[in-house]
Amino acid sequence: MSGGAEKGGAGVAGVLIVDDEEPARSILREHLEGLPGVRVVGECANGFDALKSAVELSPQIVFLDIEMPKLDGFEVLELLDPAIAPVFVTAYDEYAVRAFEVHAVDYVLKPFDPSRIALAVGRARERIARGPAMRAGELHAAARPGGAFLARVVVRDGSRVHIIPVERLDAIEAQDDYVGLKSGGKTYLKPQTLSSLAEALDPGRFVRVHRSHLVRLDAIARLEALAGGSHVAILADGTRVPVSREGYTRLKDLLC
Amino acid sequence: MHPILAHPGRLLPYLAACTPLIAILTALFARPGGLFLGEAIALAVPLTFAYAFMGLSAWYPCRQFPLNRSRALPLVLAHAAAAGLLSAMWVVFAALLAGTLGLLPVFTGLQARFGTQAIALFAAGVLLYLLAAALNYVLVALEAAAEAERREAELAVLAREAELAALKAQIRPHFLFNSLNSISALATTDPPRARQMCVRLGDFLRRSLALGEKTSISVGEELELSRAYLAVEELRFGSRLEVEEELDERGQTCLVPPLLLQPLVENAVRHGIATRVEGGIVRLGVACGAGRLRILIENPYDPESPPRPGSGRGLVNVRQRLTARYGEEALFAAKRLADRYLVVISVPVEMPA
Repeated sequence: MSGGAEKGGAGVAGVLIVDDEEPARSILREHLEGLPGVRVVGECANGFDALKSAVELSPQIVFLDIEMPKLDGFEVLELLDPAIAPVFVTAYDEYAVRAFEVHAVDYVLKPFDPSRIALAVGRARERIARGPAMRAGELHAAARPGGAFLARVVVRDGSRVHIIPVERLDAIEAQDDYVGLKSGGKTYLKPQTLSSLAEALDPGRFVRVHRSHLVRLDAIARLEALAGGSHVAILADGTRVPVSREGYTRLKDLLC
Repeated sequence: MHPILAHPGRLLPYLAACTPLIAILTALFARPGGLFLGEAIALAVPLTFAYAFMGLSAWYPCRQFPLNRSRALPLVLAHAAAAGLLSAMWVVFAALLAGTLGLLPVFTGLQARFGTQAIALFAAGVLLYLLAAALNYVLVALEAAAEAERREAELAVLAREAELAALKAQIRPHFLFNSLNSISALATTDPPRARQMCVRLGDFLRRSLALGEKTSISVGEELELSRAYLAVEELRFGSRLEVEEELDERGQTCLVPPLLLQPLVENAVRHGIATRVEGGIVRLGVACGAGRLRILIENPYDPESPPRPGSGRGLVNVRQRLTARYGEEALFAAKRLADRYLVVISVPVEMPA
């Protein structure tokens, strides 16, 4: 095929395909291999494999299915190197599609239209040139189906992936561009804003007790008053979390 | 509130029906050795309307002690107490009235003459209470019948809504688009399988659409629909999806509401098999015995995979339709075990005529 890469120096883009259905992977490969300047570097059938392959095969673009075993597409994206441009793949999911549109993340619908796939690859190349723009955590929060709250939070710790069910997430602290997730006496750092995470968690279980602290209600063992009207929440494991005046009012509203 | 007082249109006819009491009371008071006729009428009119309202209070003991569900002694005691209390109040009211009227020159001496009537009036009050209780029992029964009718109509609407929701949810867009995508994939890599998938998808859609008008189908037909669905999913999931059936002959001829099994089988695939890297086996069991039809659907799931939205609605819908059809005779249990999901249905056996 002629035409080559539209942009000078774009080179060959490595693409990783992640979908748990074999027929879906094979047709995606077929369409992608027909495009100039694209090389399919691998196929994965679940979220864990996708993370491993992303490190080993260093693709520039990943085509990501949403519903998969182990980790879903949004969770994979949160853990993936942000330099990799994602293109979501979905059959029908009104919430996710709306979230993609809001956050300007590209997606292709099943059954695949080859020209739409070509367009997605073109856009992904432009995004690689611009550098990462989208925040995966915020996208995930926005893609929740109506009324559903996160059941678990994923976080990467070196090469290990931790999955923290919300019932084991004790407190969350904002630290610059990161949030510190406290669970079972350990703290895990994740690049996300506290507000976007707070929005995706059940407000009946997690309380913003301070501008930069979120606490799970059941994790609080007791409250201590400090001089000057502020308080401190003491968690079951002894962690002390500052509680502002507004936070204290919010806590009281929920507890009474 | 009392059904007569709650509807203003009912009050006038009720009061009109009470007017013969005026004549009875007048006759009672004016019998030889009693009151003068004018005095009797002057007392009978207000006493009649007073009792018309007081008698309504029998509604409360009547509702509290339904005839068919109360023990005899408490029922008799309650009504005896109510009759005594009401009659005593009536006599006191009558005495006060006689005293007041006695102040008028025309009725001089009424108060003294009324004293001889008190016992007769009390007896009349007790008899009237029995009449009022009978009337109120009739009202209670009418009200209960209306309530039962309303509940039945409500259940019928609920059942129809549940059927419609089931039909709408039947062909999930997700399933359809994924299947089309698989056909599109197989068209180049494996054309015979692509054709096979078109046939199976067509078969499934045809069967689903044919169910729209039926209120009952045999378990066997329902199984056929589930198999048509699973046949499509098998092409999509490949070796990850396996199905095992354990069916008894008689169970398959039993009648059930349509689309009972298929949504549950779909859940088993979507929330079970699809969450596991290695896939697994969906087990279907149908057994019939001791007048009950038992259906079991079991599938493994990965507790470490992210939960997928949308399982609740299918289960709620199946449960609602079972309740609408069998009432409390239906048993529906969905259990999430450590690595398996189990749905058990048990309903009374219903055989085709």
